[in-house]
Amino acid sequence: MKADGENRDEAQMIASILGGNTQEFHALIQPYERSVYSMALSMLQNEADAEDAAQEAFLKAFRNLEKFRGEAKFSTWLISIMLNEARSRLRQKKTAKTDSLDELNEGGHVSPALLRDWREIPSEVLERQEVGHMLQVAITDLPPIYREVFVLRDIEDFSVNQSAEALGITVAAAKVRLHRARIMLQKRLAPELRRVMPKRRWLSWF
Amino acid sequence: MVLECKHVWDHISGYLDGTLDAEVLEKVQKHLEHCEICSAILDSTRNILILTADERVFELPIGFSERLHARLETEMRDSESKSS
Ligand SMILES: [Zn+2]
Repeated sequence: MKADGENRDEAQMIASILGGNTQEFHALIQPYERSVYSMALSMLQNEADAEDAAQEAFLKAFRNLEKFRGEAKFSTWLISIMLNEARSRLRQKKTAKTDSLDELNEGGHVSPALLRDWREIPSEVLERQEVGHMLQVAITDLPPIYREVFVLRDIEDFSVNQSAEALGITVAAAKVRLHRARIMLQKRLAPELRRVMPKRRWLSWF
Repeated sequence: MVLECKHVWDHISGYLDGTLDAEVLEKVQKHLEHCEICSAILDSTRNILILTADERVFELPIGFSERLHARLETEMRDSESKSS
């Protein structure tokens, strides 16, 4: 993400789009499609919902482009639109039982549905696929406040400061949440990874 | 002052991000040199972050871009017809 968007004059692209050259919006958002979608999927945990929410976020960014003031990076602004979109969708679904369970689940334990999913993995799948799936399950299982910062910093390669800005929290809070997210993942994943990739060192946290 | 293991754990994340103060960093490094447990924890945490960055954990669905840009195209046409 850093590499893709950084060497362009985005302020100039945005000015041009606002000046009527709307087609340039396609190029403007292109480097950020994956980040926005990753954030949507990690929050909504369903591919169809995530795609729809991501599209909606890009549409909102287009409609509200004149409100972008350029104090933040465009990518940071986009992510904060995506976060708001995902959060409002989650609020609408709140009545569902699984969501309230998820909110209470501050310790980041395995939810029954995901555990079942995990057991269905055939043993002969490629190690790489298995590891990827393990990571995805563990990350989506993190409580939302930890998941958000982890996705931005460790998957989408935002800086800690940029992650904090996108999330609307202080840098100190972002660091604390990131630390907790990493510890939770280490505790959960080290024993699982030791089984799949025994050659590396996977000592559990405690 | 020598750091205990559990205090070192508090700094694992900062250590990996390179955001520790020089003083803390030195203590953590000293501890890691002789503590097998903490260096194994550090390694496994770092490995998890490397795998996470590697694995493209949340991959874009096939056709995502095409569908997105088609929807944007419709929106742009609508906004143009409104403003003209
Ligand atoms: Zn130690």
